[in-house]
Amino acid sequence: MDLHTLTLTQAKEKLAKKEISSVELTRAYLDRIKTLDQKLNAFVTVTEDEALKNAEHADKLIAHGEDLPLLGIPLAIKDNFSTKGIRTTASSKVLDTYVPPFDSTVVKRLKDAGMVMLGKANMDAWAHGSSTETSDFGTTKNPWNTDFLPGGSSGGSAAAVAANESVASIGSETAGSIRQPASWCGVVGLKPTYGRVSRYGVVAMASSTDSPGPITKTVEDSARILQILAGVDVHDATTSPTQPENYVAAIRDSIQGITIGISDDYREGVDPEVQAKIDEAIKVYERLGAKIKNIKLFSPKYAIAVYTILQRSEVSSNLARYDGIRYGNDRSHFGDEAKRRVMLGTYTLSAGYYDAYYKKAQKVRTIIVEDFTTAFKDVDIIISATSPSAALPLGSSKNHPMFGEMADILVEPSSIAGLPGINIPVGLTQAGLPVGMQIMGPQWSEKKILQVAQKFEEETEFHTLKPSL
Amino acid sequence: MKNNDKQYNKYTPVIGLEVHVELKTNSKMFCRCSADYFGNKPNTHTCPVCLGLPGALPVPNKTAIEWCMKIGLALNCNLPLVSKFDRKNYFYPDLAKGYQISQYDEPFALGGYIEVFKEKGSQEIKKIGITRVHMEEDTGKLVHETVDGKKVSLIDFNRSGVPLVEIVTEPDFENEYQVVQYLQKLQKIVRYLDVSNADMEKGDMRLEPNISLRTIHHPEQSEGSTDSSAKPQNDKFELPNYKVEVKNINSFRFVEKAILYEIKRHQEILDKGETPVQETRGWDEAHQRTVSQRIKEEANDYRYFPEPDIPPLKWTQNYIEQLKSSLPELPDQKIKRFEKDFALSYYDAEILTRDILLANYYEEAVKVNQELGIKNQENKYPKVIANWIINKKVDTEKTPPSQLIKQITQETKVSEISDEDLNSIIDTVISENKKAVDDFKKGHENVIMYLVGQVMKTARQKIAPDRVKSLLLARLK
Repeated sequence: MDLHTLTLTQAKEKLAKKEISSVELTRAYLDRIKTLDQKLNAFVTVTEDEALKNAEHADKLIAHGEDLPLLGIPLAIKDNFSTKGIRTTASSKVLDTYVPPFDSTVVKRLKDAGMVMLGKANMDAWAHGSSTETSDFGTTKNPWNTDFLPGGSSGGSAAAVAANESVASIGSETAGSIRQPASWCGVVGLKPTYGRVSRYGVVAMASSTDSPGPITKTVEDSARILQILAGVDVHDATTSPTQPENYVAAIRDSIQGITIGISDDYREGVDPEVQAKIDEAIKVYERLGAKIKNIKLFSPKYAIAVYTILQRSEVSSNLARYDGIRYGNDRSHFGDEAKRRVMLGTYTLSAGYYDAYYKKAQKVRTIIVEDFTTAFKDVDIIISATSPSAALPLGSSKNHPMFGEMADILVEPSSIAGLPGINIPVGLTQAGLPVGMQIMGPQWSEKKILQVAQKFEEETEFHTLKPSL
Repeated sequence: MKNNDKQYNKYTPVIGLEVHVELKTNSKMFCRCSADYFGNKPNTHTCPVCLGLPGALPVPNKTAIEWCMKIGLALNCNLPLVSKFDRKNYFYPDLAKGYQISQYDEPFALGGYIEVFKEKGSQEIKKIGITRVHMEEDTGKLVHETVDGKKVSLIDFNRSGVPLVEIVTEPDFENEYQVVQYLQKLQKIVRYLDVSNADMEKGDMRLEPNISLRTIHHPEQSEGSTDSSAKPQNDKFELPNYKVEVKNINSFRFVEKAILYEIKRHQEILDKGETPVQETRGWDEAHQRTVSQRIKEEANDYRYFPEPDIPPLKWTQNYIEQLKSSLPELPDQKIKRFEKDFALSYYDAEILTRDILLANYYEEAVKVNQELGIKNQENKYPKVIANWIINKKVDTEKTPPSQLIKQITQETKVSEISDEDLNSIIDTVISENKKAVDDFKKGHENVIMYLVGQVMKTARQKIAPDRVKSLLLARLK
């Protein structure tokens, strides 16, 4: 049996039945990383020694009958999550040597749930991008075809799961950074409602939209991880006190009578081959008895302008602390993309321009939020392609400062509205690259979108497709 | 003299004030580190949040916000029902995050006032408008030292994130006297609210006056009139086209001196037909002057925007009413009550209420006195106690109010000397003061008080003067 092919749910079961040990499982993944990661570059840091130590500890606990949701399960963590004692670079040379003295809340909750951390996953530097090509530690390659990009910014996290270098991983999304790489790598990626999962200890990108979430092999695995991460955090004033639902228990509940919204506004500019896969997927739901409803939505192109202004503004402020005085390297180590964003954000916040840019963007953001609110009066969820295309070739983002925004055009509106969304694989293109579909819901509807995603997974085999490596 | 007055009348000082007050909450503004940092080893009161480490997030301190709102209420401000924090972006090595969390366009409190006397000795009231009261966080502190023979600048982050309330006034002050009164009142108020020690030496209160002079136009002069008493018709609501800020002063006296110095400096420049440079200056106590620190060509661009890490804050009217009713009696109210209830002068009442502990001590003493049932001679007893406390500089820590009353009673005890004994003393005094007695009989009635004094002196005890006087008069008739 190839241990590295196990899903989280399967691994958990085998560990509980003592068919396998956490050390065996962890070793299988570490071996996999050793074999493949030279080629894929999904990891910035591999924490082999700690992983094995923690796996041994997990085995002892299991032997003592301890049962924790992630006990002994190896995960990869995006390198913008602070990990106590383990360097956290956000894939930027500025933080090359930075070792946080504290764990982010997400990492703490995962550790408390028994996780074995394999290492820190590569990403676009500071999460600025949708390709991992802005990483100061080299581009991650798409496991389906290493001449192609994995997407980003959580490209390392998505590639690691797709390549079976990890059972599952943690990513973070500001606008597309979980869903888009999950789409390009053919895995499940869940972006929760803003405020559902704590941002404490996540190297801030755009504070008003950053949302941590899982990238997994199956929908159920995402539900399991969200269950651990979700909930109010005393260290993050923007987390919601709304009690999380039981996602795992409800995952197989019926979605009878559901109304799915689709919108022409979300078909515009989408590669026909990609759209065809989405249309086929919608037919699956129709067959299952779902009502499909055509709705009018605010064109996603407006979201790009809004997102670009708000995100750059916040970035210019969030990166101000990296002045080279206390830790890490100085500002000369910022890459071009970070510099571009800092300059643009500084400009949009400047006196005399604030009203024209930032303030106006906030107003349009409100309009987009209202647009979704209205739409969700008529439909339960909205389905569209996650990205207008399948993975693009290496080098595509170079000399295209708006590359990310174009690759993320279909996820940006729901991101700036703070809504949850999940990407699930719905097939391959003729070139053999994965196509992803997103399911978006209103605030706090994680349970519903997981159920809808789960139904598709039950009806199809796309999630079992794996790249040959 | 008259000439000088006229000269001075050419300009009216226009002064505004920004005051930072450090709150004495247990924990810092956005983390749980102890805010009681003064005198502690550098960087021992820190955590990821106040160090601004990557990913750390601010969680606002409820008590600090409540205290800030209380200050607003005590300064007669309106408290809006919605407020928020903003980021003020600027670079300085002591600023951990590269921005300060502050409040920009929606502060906790707006539009209040404090009343002061217009001039020294005047009873005319001048209202000083308070523009806003807002909440922010303090910065770290740079320490310049020599380490291993090398001159270095070190950063101590103990102070980083300590809650700071900024109180901004309108440019309403017309002289340094109004400013000092305002500062004293503000200091008293925050101490009464028990939200800050307002200890100047520890930097709990930092003062930044901004000063300019407005030229008063004398239209009658241009008409050839020399009547300087005519009311100048000035452009009262027009602010001067420059402003000089004096930063970070930590003493009321220095503020006073800096203002006087600046007024004189501006006057000399304006007299030459020039305009003082818009700039930031500092007070140099050693040389008794202000010195230029930074020329401001235009306002700094802090690129304020709403702090995305903290959701907007909303209050109910009910909550604000509750907060209002939780305020203690404030210094001005206490002064008025003391004047009314205890028949004290403003002077006495003001002194007794400077420190709430002293005010409480005084009230306690008055109460003890009443409970003892000691006859208030024409209701003067509270006044006697006040005089005692003020003039004899009673050590209120060592003397409980009951003991103080005992002391006063003993020392002001009226002698129980009999009329007979008193008359014999009076007779002695009459025989020894022939000339005075003669004068009295000639009609110099004032002399009687001299004789009363002589009787008291001879008796060597306190006797009610009225009693001595009436017995004396009886004897002299």
